[in-house]
Amino acid sequence: MSLFDYTLRELQEKLHNKEISVTDLVEESYKRIEEVDEEVQAFLTLNKEAAKKQAVELDQERGNADANLFGLPIGVKDNIVTKGLRTTAGSQFLSNFEDPLYDATVVNKLNEAKAVTIGKLNMDEFAMGSSNENSSYVAARNPWNTDYVPGGSSGGSAAAVAAGEVPYSLGSDTGGSIRQPAAYCGVVGLKPTYGRVSRFGLIAFASSLDQIGPITRNVEDNAFLLETISGHDQMDSTSADVDVPKYTDSLTGDVQGMKIAVPKEYLAEGVSPEVKEAVQAALTQYEKMGATWEEVSLPHSKYALSTYYLLSSSEASSNLARFDGVRYGKRAEDAETMLDMFMRSRAEGFGNEVKRRIMLGTFALSSGYYDAYYKKAQQVRTLIKNDFEKVFEDYDVIIGPTTPTPAFKVGDKVDDPMTMYANDILTIPVNLAGVPGISIPCGFSGDGLPIGLQIIGKHFDEATVYRAAHAFEQKTDYHKQRPSLGGARS
Amino acid sequence: MSRISKEEVKHVANLARLAITEEEATTFTKQLDDIITYAEQLNELDTTGIEPTTHVLDLKNVMRKDEPKKWISQEDALQNAPDKQDGQFKVPSVLE
Repeated sequence: MSLFDYTLRELQEKLHNKEISVTDLVEESYKRIEEVDEEVQAFLTLNKEAAKKQAVELDQERGNADANLFGLPIGVKDNIVTKGLRTTAGSQFLSNFEDPLYDATVVNKLNEAKAVTIGKLNMDEFAMGSSNENSSYVAARNPWNTDYVPGGSSGGSAAAVAAGEVPYSLGSDTGGSIRQPAAYCGVVGLKPTYGRVSRFGLIAFASSLDQIGPITRNVEDNAFLLETISGHDQMDSTSADVDVPKYTDSLTGDVQGMKIAVPKEYLAEGVSPEVKEAVQAALTQYEKMGATWEEVSLPHSKYALSTYYLLSSSEASSNLARFDGVRYGKRAEDAETMLDMFMRSRAEGFGNEVKRRIMLGTFALSSGYYDAYYKKAQQVRTLIKNDFEKVFEDYDVIIGPTTPTPAFKVGDKVDDPMTMYANDILTIPVNLAGVPGISIPCGFSGDGLPIGLQIIGKHFDEATVYRAAHAFEQKTDYHKQRPSLGGARS
Repeated sequence: MSRISKEEVKHVANLARLAITEEEATTFTKQLDDIITYAEQLNELDTTGIEPTTHVLDLKNVMRKDEPKKWISQEDALQNAPDKQDGQFKVPSVLE
């Protein structure tokens, strides 16, 4: 058994009782990374020296260890800037970005809570991808079977937790980038309500959709981590000034009378029989616990993918204009003019998927096409958002699968952008509506790959999402299964 | 009919400040055309009179006092620069 099979609270208790030290935890993390990361490739950069030093310091002040995440080792997705620690966003453009000037607000919060940052986690370049194969360094692999993808874009964040390299991590989710890899890797991942967590210091992909969120081995840890990273931030004008409840208080195990909506579009064609069965079994479990469910319709679901790719690519084309080779990052050599330098630095620094999306976005925003594509997509976004609001007038949560299928094989979809995009069909609408959604383990396929259950809530009602997720977790043991990678120690 | 021509792809790449090869232009034309063709399904929907959503939250401008704050020094700002001189970012000539 690994130390990371304990919950964060159990680890804190062990620290408090001096059964273990912070150094033990940090050593456990690096030892496991040494054992398995050559196969999993979850980490892009390790923070070894600083983390070990911090562990020694924390061990000396253990008497007054009341900080929220005192001594608990965490991995951070590599699009979240960390002062003095290389931050690449999975891109060659930032391969030399060794020394960021400041910490993201979430990193400040981790530091205040005295968490120990173990390293930076692999991802699709600038968070554009669903398989980690767009990482410009190396593709992370699924710990359950390394022939399969871990999902993306937060593939490293989910794989590191599933492989027991860290007990918890941060990811980011623009169209499913926390929930989809959490589903593929059999861990718990939440995309908070838009505005719940500050985006300051998150390298922007699509600013109206991006959210940072927690990836953990169980629901309680997830709620605990969200409490720590949430809240209004002066540095992010889109962060909401809404009180942060104590999410762990909502984990009562009681879903008696909870009203669940199941969108028929989420169990339609394209969803594999194994996934449907697992979701059906979960609904039966909710009935047993006293909840009720009914089929509903989110009629504009089929338009979500188009809407998302037009809007997110448009926003990306604008956000990624900052990578110009002037102030940081890659610069092409021997450029004769400024324009030549811009064009070649970007051509050399960006991978194909990033270029494709920048071009799609530039096209959708260009003169003569703006109304037909960009504005049209914004209008359809309103219809999608209204679908959710209507259902939430009568129901507490929406439940369905996180992804249409379990993880696919490395290399299977890499040549066809449209097939790759279709993985995100059930997670994208949640970002467009700005509501919170979680993925929790709800079964395994015949091939032994995890299946994820998605629970979606009202704006700023993560508490109900967590309550529903936790109640299900109490009655099942999917979240306790461990991959046999590198000789599992469970 | 294709939605986007190779010439348009080259024009868009130029607007986006991306140098692309002839071969890339061919690949991107096909791929962008597929994506745009798919996205035209949105035209099935009548959106007359529907307000566009730019942000899901009801955002209002929030003002703060315009006071100078200590942030980063000139030296720090230059620490990741590919090229610098006399406390400034150095770039190739702007004029041809």
